[in-house]
Amino acid sequence: MEYISNFFVNLGNSWTSLLSSFLPAWAVTLANYLVMAVLLVLMPVIATLTLTVMERKVIARIQNRVGPNRAGPWGIFQAIPDAIKLLTKEDIVPQKADKPVFNIAPLLIFIGAALLWAVIPFGRGVIGQDLNIGVLYLVAIGSISTIAVIMAGWSSNNKFALVGAFRIVAQLLSYEIPMVLAMGAVVLLVGTMQMGQIVEAQTIPFVLVLPVAFVTYILAAAAETGRAPFDLVEADSEIVAGYFIEYSGLKFGWFYIAEYGNLLAVSAIAATLFLGGWRGPFAGMVPALGPLYFSIKTILVVFLLMWIRGTWPRFRIDQMLAFAWKVLAPLGLFNFLWIAAMIKLPMPTLLQWALVLTGNVAAAMVALTLMGRAAKRYAAQRGVAVA
Amino acid sequence: MQSQYLFVAIFFLIALAVPAIGLILAWAIRPKKPNPAKTSTYECGMETIGDTWVQFKAQYYLYALVFVVFDVEAAFIFPWAVAYHKLELYALVEMVIFVAILLGGLLYAWRKGALEWR
Repeated sequence: MEYISNFFVNLGNSWTSLLSSFLPAWAVTLANYLVMAVLLVLMPVIATLTLTVMERKVIARIQNRVGPNRAGPWGIFQAIPDAIKLLTKEDIVPQKADKPVFNIAPLLIFIGAALLWAVIPFGRGVIGQDLNIGVLYLVAIGSISTIAVIMAGWSSNNKFALVGAFRIVAQLLSYEIPMVLAMGAVVLLVGTMQMGQIVEAQTIPFVLVLPVAFVTYILAAAAETGRAPFDLVEADSEIVAGYFIEYSGLKFGWFYIAEYGNLLAVSAIAATLFLGGWRGPFAGMVPALGPLYFSIKTILVVFLLMWIRGTWPRFRIDQMLAFAWKVLAPLGLFNFLWIAAMIKLPMPTLLQWALVLTGNVAAAMVALTLMGRAAKRYAAQRGVAVA
Repeated sequence: MQSQYLFVAIFFLIALAVPAIGLILAWAIRPKKPNPAKTSTYECGMETIGDTWVQFKAQYYLYALVFVVFDVEAAFIFPWAVAYHKLELYALVEMVIFVAILLGGLLYAWRKGALEWR
């Protein structure tokens, strides 16, 4: 019973003691790291195998269709034939492409998607490495995929791909700011960048303390992963597929896997930073429940992102960039300063958090009012009606 | 401490190895029959006209400039946020001044129309 209640940590300890019976200490560490790395590196692949089916099902439901229903019960094995197809497809490299860059880009984008998992806590003590710069690490690794995408778009020597790459520069750079400010708000509230400690500090899930930061993070995450309504990067009806238009076979497959790996990773980060990660009823007594709660919360955020994708029309690029710079960035900066001021007040933490919440809601109200006025002004200029 | 980053290094190598192994595997089993029509640039069936690698819109450059300012600011506020609980009130005043300067910059770019998409 004792073993089951803290299953994952105990399993790790048993494994370590088993190894140390015949290996020197350094080799045990190395072997542990290798096993952990292999397990974590598979996360984007697992994400693709499960989330593609889930996404097609969810969006089919939203659009009043059935979705995949042939491979296995309810079509749940749909991803497996897809994977086999990608693996066995002919690889076409365009003649005019810059070949070394063209071939490195899929590797790099996968690295960017996989490395995020190193600091995401699945449960108490169930984490790759609780780096003391956790949040900063996530921001840093997150920008690797930008480089990979630019490499792919530029090296394809295709005008659609290049337009996609240009758009992604503007989009990812712009939405990086609100994202960093939203994550910074959590860091400021807790006073640490370590993911494990951020979860420990959430006696109340931070979504109830920092709702504006949460919403900002979700929007920025949708933009960073290039999903609808921010999918200008790969807008099918305008530039066909954007930056990976010339890729085929498994090289395309790695872009696809990285996309879904990133989707799961940003959802996991949102669950960790704002929804209390592995915390939940009885998770203190039975730590093995932690990963379960964490998975449920992550899947909820994934579902939210799919819902957004299924129901919102695509933004125009000027609207999208204006939204990042003129709404989210000032809001994030104000939010940040408000938190800083509130947590210096000499009062109990809960009261400070209540004040932070009040400021958050007020700022959101002001921002929404101003946006509504701007929309009316714009409509009056153009002489169109606004809903 | 160093061993934590050793893990990241190992993780990096594995994350590089997995897609590489996948590509090698795919290379071994996939058909290889290239021809000039297949390897030409895809443009919805039309012949490509002119060079692709051209000068791009200056608008992107302006966004990149504003971004650099804000990203440097991000690199500054993270350590500040971590140390904030231990600092005195002057840290808040300092940050207010810093963010005010930043906001001034953003407002300037806004008024100058650098944030308009033309």
